[in-house]
Amino acid sequence: MTIDAIDRRIIAATQAGLPVTAEPYVEIAGQLGLDVEVLMARMRAMQERGVIRRIALAPNHYALGMTANGMSVWDVQDDRATELGAQVGALDFVSHCYLRPRAEGWPYNLFAMVHGSSRDEVEAKRAVISDLLGPACRAKDILYSTRILKKTGLRIRGEG
Amino acid sequence: MRRAPLPPDALDAVDRKILNALQDGFPIAPHPFAVAAEQLGLEEKDLIARIRHLRELGAITRFGPFFDAAAMGGAFCLCAMEVPEAEFERVMTLVNAHPEVAHNYERTHRLNMWFVLAAETLEGITQSADAIERETGMCVHRFPKLEEFFIGFRVPA
Repeated sequence: MTIDAIDRRIIAATQAGLPVTAEPYVEIAGQLGLDVEVLMARMRAMQERGVIRRIALAPNHYALGMTANGMSVWDVQDDRATELGAQVGALDFVSHCYLRPRAEGWPYNLFAMVHGSSRDEVEAKRAVISDLLGPACRAKDILYSTRILKKTGLRIRGEG
Repeated sequence: MRRAPLPPDALDAVDRKILNALQDGFPIAPHPFAVAAEQLGLEEKDLIARIRHLRELGAITRFGPFFDAAAMGGAFCLCAMEVPEAEFERVMTLVNAHPEVAHNYERTHRLNMWFVLAAETLEGITQSADAIERETGMCVHRFPKLEEFFIGFRVPA
């Protein structure tokens, strides 16, 4: 999955978001000195290749009342981990879902971020995951965030 | 970013319909708001005004393309440390000073500090993590992703 210099400039110009004006792609194309058809074709191609996951509106889940979240972690049998991880990721209350290596004193290989309007709701959703994993899960835990210590966006530069 | 819930009457039914519909996708077209508005039974200019208003309210965090960070080039790694309470602030300052630390959370666990390292290369990740270990004298546990699953996350509005 590679991107060329023009794709990179398109990413740099749109990573903070699209203008909320009648012709956002025309506006971006103008900034980049590209024809709007070329810009749209490249964005469609990036979407097909998975470089753009989706073009969408991201609601602020805190503003909409989903103020509780926990990083649920699971020790899932290796030979079932890919299949079960895919099922957990597809749940509508899971915002991130990854397999990661275990470590000493850390038996968990499946990480799923669970969101809800309260810790009770997060716990209820965690129970749904637990039921889904069944006996393939040998241990579990959940880590609630108590403080944001640092948060910066991921940004790329337009050149290079 | 707003982290407190909006008052219950801040959004009306049309706002909620827009939030629910556009989190699934937004078209690539010369007049994309006209295309999206038609599907919602709205006028183009009303949809634009509503989205601007939702953004001002803090009901929207982002509007536009979501990129696969790895596809854009670069390396990422989730890391965790077990930091004694008495040393937490000191370690936090040392960790946050690294530009490679993209975000950092305190969490309820023996491993109580969790952060993401983002660098141009895998070597950059290793160098940052090693430097944090030297500066703090503590182990940086590294949890790089082995597999990422498609996400069905939706925020009901």
